[in-house]
Amino acid sequence: MTSATSTASRSKSSASLRHRLAERGVDTKLWLLVPAVVFALLLFVYPFAYGIGLTFQPLAGTQEKWGGGFFANYIAFFKDAFVFDSVWLTMRLALPAALFNVIVSIPIAFKLRGKFRGKRFMQTLLVLPITLGTVLTAQGLLIFAGRQGWLNRFLMETGIISEPLQLVNNYLGVFFSLVISGFPFAYLLISSYLSGIDPSLEAAAKTLGANWKQRFRRVTLPLLAPGLATTFILTFVLAFSVFPSARLVGDASGDTRVLALMAYRAFSEQLDYSMASTIAIMMGVVELIVIGIVFLGRSFLYKGSTGGKG
Amino acid sequence: MSNSTLKSTRPGRNAPPTEIVNIRNRNKSSLAPGEKSLVASPGTWFVWFGVAAFFIFLFGIVISVLVDSFGKPWFDTWLPENFTLGWYQEAWNRFDLSHIIGVTLLVAFAVIVVSVVIGVPASYVLARSRFPGKNLVMLLFLLPILIPPITFGIPLATVMYNFGLGRTVLAVILVNLVPSVPFVIITMTPFIEQINPSIENAARMCGANMWQVFTKVLAPLLVPGILAASILVLVRTVGMFDLTFLVSGPTSDTLVVAIYRAMTSAGGGEARQLISSMGVIYTAMMLVILIIALRFINPTQLVAQVKESRED
Amino acid sequence: MSLSANAFESLELKNVGRSFGGRDALVDLNLTIRAGEFIALLGPSGCGKSTALNCLAGLLPLTHGEILIDGKRIDVLPSEKRDFGMVFQNYALFPHLSVEKNIAFGLQMRGLPKAEITRRVAEGLALVKLEEHAKKLPGQLSGGQQQRVAIARAVVLEPRLVLMDEPLSNLDAKLRLEMRTEIRRLHQSLGLTTVYVTHDQEEALSLADRLVVLRDGRVQQIGTPEELHDHPANWHVADFMGYRNLIDLRVESVTGDLARVSGPDLSLTARLVQDAAVGDDIRVAIRPSDLLVARPGASTDGLNVIEAVVNVVEYQGREFAVGVTTTGGQNLFVHAETAPTAGATVTLTVDPARALIYRSSLDIVSAEQQELAEVRG
Repeated sequence: MTSATSTASRSKSSASLRHRLAERGVDTKLWLLVPAVVFALLLFVYPFAYGIGLTFQPLAGTQEKWGGGFFANYIAFFKDAFVFDSVWLTMRLALPAALFNVIVSIPIAFKLRGKFRGKRFMQTLLVLPITLGTVLTAQGLLIFAGRQGWLNRFLMETGIISEPLQLVNNYLGVFFSLVISGFPFAYLLISSYLSGIDPSLEAAAKTLGANWKQRFRRVTLPLLAPGLATTFILTFVLAFSVFPSARLVGDASGDTRVLALMAYRAFSEQLDYSMASTIAIMMGVVELIVIGIVFLGRSFLYKGSTGGKG
Repeated sequence: MSNSTLKSTRPGRNAPPTEIVNIRNRNKSSLAPGEKSLVASPGTWFVWFGVAAFFIFLFGIVISVLVDSFGKPWFDTWLPENFTLGWYQEAWNRFDLSHIIGVTLLVAFAVIVVSVVIGVPASYVLARSRFPGKNLVMLLFLLPILIPPITFGIPLATVMYNFGLGRTVLAVILVNLVPSVPFVIITMTPFIEQINPSIENAARMCGANMWQVFTKVLAPLLVPGILAASILVLVRTVGMFDLTFLVSGPTSDTLVVAIYRAMTSAGGGEARQLISSMGVIYTAMMLVILIIALRFINPTQLVAQVKESRED
Repeated sequence: MSLSANAFESLELKNVGRSFGGRDALVDLNLTIRAGEFIALLGPSGCGKSTALNCLAGLLPLTHGEILIDGKRIDVLPSEKRDFGMVFQNYALFPHLSVEKNIAFGLQMRGLPKAEITRRVAEGLALVKLEEHAKKLPGQLSGGQQQRVAIARAVVLEPRLVLMDEPLSNLDAKLRLEMRTEIRRLHQSLGLTTVYVTHDQEEALSLADRLVVLRDGRVQQIGTPEELHDHPANWHVADFMGYRNLIDLRVESVTGDLARVSGPDLSLTARLVQDAAVGDDIRVAIRPSDLLVARPGASTDGLNVIEAVVNVVEYQGREFAVGVTTTGGQNLFVHAETAPTAGATVTLTVDPARALIYRSSLDIVSAEQQELAEVRG
C-alpha cells in the first residue's frame, strides 16, 4: 500500500464524470422522472406562464376605463370595488369555514380516539360526503334546509321558531356546504395525526403528575400543532376555491360573490380572458399568502416540533 | 423537552390507513383508572351534539334528494303525495344520461391509467433518490394540488381553446390530469418508502435485472398502493367540477357538470325532481364504484402486511 | 448440490475504495479470497465493512480499485450478472411470495426449466429444514425461520460467492448460536465461499477461516482467528479481541522485547509488540483474564503487581467479572474465581509477557501523512 498506487486510483476516479454524477444522485433512474416533469411543464407551467402573460395584455375596454397600459387589469382588480370586494367576501367565507372545521374536529377526534362499537361504521359514513360532491350537497341543502324543507318544518312544528329560517341562498348556505364537505376531511386527517402521537408520551406526562388539561396543552397539542397547520391549510384550500356551491346555495351576486365566481364570469360570460387570468392568478396569490402566514406562524410558535411535513 | 425527543415522535406522516392498530394500543394505556370521571364532562356532550348535528344534516340532505327524486308533487307537506319512477326516465332521456355517464367513466378511466403510468415511476425516483433540484421538482408537483383549480384552470382552458381542443373529451381528460398526476405521485411516495430497498437489492442479487425488479417485486408490492391511489383519483375525477366545467361542452360534459348546468340553465333551471334524480344516479354510481373498488382490495390489510415483514 | 460449475480459483480485491461525497468509507482494501474460504469482515458500525460487502455485491459502485475473479474484472458487471448470493441483515424476503417462491425466485430469473426449479427448491427447503413451511408467507414465520429462508434463497443459486451482511444481528442470543452453527455447517457441506460481515468478534472468530478487521474504512489486520486473537497488530485490534484494559503509559526503559512503562501512579513491565523508544507514549493492552487477583501470601516473583479497590462485582457463570480502580484512578477489568467484596483492596498480578505494548497512534498512516513524514525525515 504505497502512496503511488493510491494516488493513481484517486486520479482515475476524478476522470469518471458519470460516476461523480451518480454519486450525487444523477443516474439512469432519473429517466423515470422525465414523463412526469415534461407533463407538468406542458400542462401546468406553460399554461400558467401563458396566463401570466395574458394578464399584461388587457382588452382595449379595460385600458380605456382604468388606464395603466399593460397593468390595466391589475389596476382594475384593485380599483374596481365590484371585483376587489370579492377578495374580502372569499376570505370571510373560507377562513371561518376552515377554522370551524379544524377547531370542531379537535375535540371530536380526541373523544373518539378510543375504540367503541360502531367506530368503523361511523368513519365509513364520514366518507359519504365525498360521494355526494359539491353539486349534490347543494341540491340536498336546497331541499332539506329550504323554506319548506324538513329542517324548518321540524323546527316550526316543535315550536322552536315561528317563521322559517333563511338557511340557503345566502352566506349560511355556502358555509353549511363547506362544513359538510370539509369537516369529514378535517376530522379524518386530524385523527390520523393524533394516532401518530405515541400514547406512551401522554402516559409519561401522567406519571410526572400532569393533569388532563396540562397533558393536552403541554404535550399533545404541541405535537399535534404541525398536523393541525397542515389540516387547516388543506381545508382552507378547499374552502377558498369554492365555486359551484357559492353559485347554487349562495347569493351569487351578493354575499357569496367569491373570486372563483368572478374569474369564471370574466372567462365565460364577458369572454375577457386576460381579466379572467388576472383574477385567477390574484386568487392564487391571495391563497398562497394565507398559506405562507400559517407556515410562518407554525414555525414561530412551535420551533421544537416542526420539521418535515409534520 | 429536547429537540430529538420531539423529532423521533413526530406524528407519522406516512401512516395513512393503519391507524386502527394504533387506536387499539392506545386505548389500553389511556383508559387508566381515574380517567372515567372526566368522560361525562360538558365536552362529551359537545362532541356528541356536534357529531349528531353533522349526521342529521348529512342524512337530511341525502334522504331529501332521494325522496324528492321519487316524489310526484312535493310542496308543502312532510312527504310527497305520490311516488313515481317517472323522473328518472325523463332525466335519462332528456339529458342523454347514458352518453354522459359513458363520458364520465371514459374520462375517469383514462385519467387513472395515464396518471398511474406517469406518476408511479416519478414517485419511485422521489422516494428513492436524492438529486440536485429535488426540492424544485417536489414543488412543481405540489403546486397543482395546493393552488385553487380555477387559478390554473382558466389559463389552461384558454390554452386549450387556442389549440382548438375546447369542449372535447380530450381536453377534459388533459385538465383532469393536471392535479391527478401530482396526486398519484404524492400518495404513492410513502407507499414506496415503506418498501425496504434491500428487497430490491435482494432481487438483483438473485439475478433480476431492473425490469424484472420492477415487474416481479415492486409492482406486486405496490398493487395495494396503486389501487388506493387509483380509487382516490377516480373519486376526484368523477367529482371534479371546476376544471371540467371550464373546458367541457355539451358532448363532453361529465355527470357533475351536467347536473350543474341543469340547475343553472336559463329560465330558472329544470324541474327540481329531474335534478334530484340525476343526483341520485350520480351518488349511486359513485357508491357502486367505491364498493367495487373496495371489494378488490383492503388497503389497510395489505399495507400492514408489507410493513410487518419489513419491520422484523 | 455441487458447485463445480461456478467455482473459481481466487477472487482478488485490489485497492478497492469507496467514498461518499468526499468522505472515505473504504480505503485501499486489498484481499485475495480463495475458493472455499470463509472470510469475516469485522469492525464497529461505520467502519466500512458493509460498504466493502456492498461493493463486492455490486450494489455500490467502486470509486477506486478493481475486483477480479481469476484475473477477470467483475467490478464492471451489474449485481445481477455477478452470480453471487447475498443474505441481508433484515432478511429482505419478498413479502408477497411464499417461502418456496422466494427460494425459487433466483432460479426463475435464470430461466431454468420448471422441473429443475422444483427439484432445487425442494433441496433448498430440506437444507434449511423448512419443508413444512413451504407454502407460508414470510410474515408468518419467526425471525430465525425467515433468516433460514433468506439463506436458502441465496445458496440455492449455487453462487460463486455468498455474501452475508450481519445475518444474525436481529436474532435473540440463543437462536444466534444455533444459526451460527447452521451457517458453518452449510458453508462446509456445500463447499461455499463466504464473505461474512459482523461487528461481533466472537461470531467472527468462531465462523471464519480468516478475519479482516476494519476501522474508519481502513484495514487494521488480516489473519486467521488464532493470529488475531494471540497477536493483535495494534491496540484497536487488541481492543476488539477482548483486551478490555487499555492503559496509556510512557516508556521508561527498554530491555530486549520487554520494556518498563509507567504513568503517574502505575509502573509495569510489558512486552513490546510494536517498536517504541524511551519517552514514547504507548498503550498497554491486557485481557481481564490475564489480570489475576493474587491470593494473600502467594509468590509474585517476576510478575507485575497492582494495588486496586474493588468497585463492582458481576457474576458470570463460572467466574466473576470485577471492576477495580487503582490508587491513581485507573479503572481496570479483572476476572476472579472467588468474589471479592466491593470496597476491599486487592492485589492484582499480571505476567509481563501477557501485557502488550502498542503505539498510541494507530499503525495505518494515510498517504499524505506518509509523504509528510518522508519530507520531515
